[in-house]
Amino acid sequence: MIFEGLSEKLQNTLQKLKGKGKLTENDVKEAMREVKLALLEADVNFKVVKDFIKRVTDRAIGSEVMESLTPGQHVIKIVNEELTALMGSGQSKLTFSSKPPTVYMMVGLQGSGKTTTCGKLAKLLKKQQKNPLLVACDVYRPAAIQQLKTVGSKIDTPVFSMGDAVSPVNIAKAGIEQALRQGLDTVIIDTAGRLHIDDTLMNELLDVKSAVKPQEILLVVDAMTGQDAVNVAEQFHEKIGIDGVILTKLDGDTRGGAALSVRAVTQKPIKFVGLGEKVDEFEPFYPDRMASRILGMGDMLSLIEKAQSNIDMSKAQELEKRMRTQQFTFDDFLDQLQQMKNMGSMNQILQMIPGMGGKQLKNIDVDDRELVYIEAIIQSMTKAERNNPGIINGSRRKRIAIGSGTSIQQVNKLLKQFEQTRKMMKQFMDMEKGMKKGNKFKLPFPGM
Amino acid sequence: MAINEQPTSFFHKLKQGLSKTTKGFSDRIDSLVNGYDILDDDFYAELEEILITADVGFEMTMELIDSLKTKVRERKTDDPYIVKTLLKELIVDALSIGEVKMNIDKAPSIILVVGVNGVGKTTTIGKLANHFNESGKKILLAAGDTFRAGAIDQLEIWGSRSNVPVIRHQEGADPAAVIFDAIHAAKARKTDILICDTAGRLHNKKNLMNELGKIFKVVDREYPEASKEILLVLDATTGQNALQQAKVFGEVAGITGIVLTKLDGTAKGGIILAIVKGMGIPVKMIGVGEQMDDLQPFNAIEFTAALLGD
Repeated sequence: MIFEGLSEKLQNTLQKLKGKGKLTENDVKEAMREVKLALLEADVNFKVVKDFIKRVTDRAIGSEVMESLTPGQHVIKIVNEELTALMGSGQSKLTFSSKPPTVYMMVGLQGSGKTTTCGKLAKLLKKQQKNPLLVACDVYRPAAIQQLKTVGSKIDTPVFSMGDAVSPVNIAKAGIEQALRQGLDTVIIDTAGRLHIDDTLMNELLDVKSAVKPQEILLVVDAMTGQDAVNVAEQFHEKIGIDGVILTKLDGDTRGGAALSVRAVTQKPIKFVGLGEKVDEFEPFYPDRMASRILGMGDMLSLIEKAQSNIDMSKAQELEKRMRTQQFTFDDFLDQLQQMKNMGSMNQILQMIPGMGGKQLKNIDVDDRELVYIEAIIQSMTKAERNNPGIINGSRRKRIAIGSGTSIQQVNKLLKQFEQTRKMMKQFMDMEKGMKKGNKFKLPFPGM
Repeated sequence: MAINEQPTSFFHKLKQGLSKTTKGFSDRIDSLVNGYDILDDDFYAELEEILITADVGFEMTMELIDSLKTKVRERKTDDPYIVKTLLKELIVDALSIGEVKMNIDKAPSIILVVGVNGVGKTTTIGKLANHFNESGKKILLAAGDTFRAGAIDQLEIWGSRSNVPVIRHQEGADPAAVIFDAIHAAKARKTDILICDTAGRLHNKKNLMNELGKIFKVVDREYPEASKEILLVLDATTGQNALQQAKVFGEVAGITGIVLTKLDGTAKGGIILAIVKGMGIPVKMIGVGEQMDDLQPFNAIEFTAALLGD
């Protein structure tokens, strides 16, 4: 499948560039061709891709490849950082008005999933202890009102409607009055799907907007949208003014490049994603996840991100030699722990390494809080003990426990863990060999 | 290739419906052709951008440009004006694969309409019913979308607009059972064309695709004498994922034709080039507006002429 293609392609393109040094213009240019292709295949708009490639190229040329990364990983890292930055930093939450009811207005093209999303949003608000009212302003599509009513009854939420012979402006106004009367604190207005170039219907939206002054206008966009996503988003934003975007049908197998296009032209945050036809298949939007989905690289990226922090290459090579010759000592273990700590939780890191999840890890349970004790214990050992753990007998254990402010049980546990770690290291090494990797010590991910 | 220059009222309507779709496209092609004196790399790079922006897709775009270059070489010219004619030929060729006429002339016939969520299946059926009804055929609709809230009501409203009866069950009923009943009703009423709605489903949902298989089994068993037409509805706004949709629906449902909807927007629906040429599934109808008669039979030459301008 093309999905997992980019990291492999980049790797192939950049294979010749083994080792360190700066990325040259030519290296970057070749890599960017692959990136461009991946983004276009993901339906990111051509112009957005062009701008993006330019920015990444400028940043990548002449940049120093980090010791712990291959040139391919380095480029992916830059691409991903820029992509995530473009997608917006962090989650963007719904806002509420100081004076209830808070009004949300859903707008978008036909078939983007507005009515379904209305139900999902209402359900979410209910979970947050709000009392939403759904208002049926789609008077054009046959049975749209009926659909909203059915959705409302499924989630036990009132639906306000006046049939399809009243203007949407009047329905919206009456809906809000109803919410005020009944003490409902949030109102979700469902509007008819319309083309962004249909002036009559776009003006109607504007009329609804000025009549009800919504807290947020949310543009509902089908994740499968192609190049035209920029036109749609631009026009809705220009003519109506949107506050956020909801991306639907992300449970499909689309790469969802439209997300990037929409974000790039409106600068408005994507707030939620729809992930299915059921009312609770609705989630906050995570920019980093979307970035890796568009690139088609999954967890690879998070691993690179972590690996870029200081894994010292020369130390790693030294370590590898020691492991080969079975000279791995407590000093090395301590070093390793400190490096790993810089990368985040140890279990998390181990789990991210393909082939290392699940079973193998069950007996090497590393609690991050324990790392402090482990450090203390190792630091209470003598040089000789660190180099040759075999000599640590009962009285030495007692001394170490007192010195580190821990118990003998904890010291015993560490000694046991150390043995397990040695075994694990051996597994790592075998895996490396099995995958016909070079002789450098690297975290073993596939395709890298 | 001879392009029909005679403006018919139908062609005008098509052009009008497609005006927003084609405007950007033909304008850009025109300004490209006018903006260059010779066919150099920059010219082709710009053409590449225009095609990709129309959702033609990278691979198909490269294929088109390569063929274009070959044709240009054969003509021993580097005059940009020739490009428009050559491009027209290439697009018409790419779109002229398969039978564009619907397999419904021999009664009885059955049309099954499938596709992902929100592409316009129910609306398309409403328009199809009207289209065939006006040509004097006896039509019956089957409300096979028992999943989406309001879908059955939506089809009934369309049916009543053109006075076409609808076979329906309750929301949540087994869609295969609805189709079963509809087939027997069609036989009893001597219906010419039975048109079946189905629920929107994303092609990567195995269970839902299996459900579709069950519906087809019922059709094969209960209505072997009927000529079959299985239409995949694609939204012109959709990007490269449409290819995947055509592929998977093609495997499960044996698609015989495509209905391309929402061409009255600014999207160009360029992905159909890859679908028609690459997979050999013809486009049979296109949707160019919200009115009853805005669903039109597809014609590669007229469509291309409208797309590129005369």
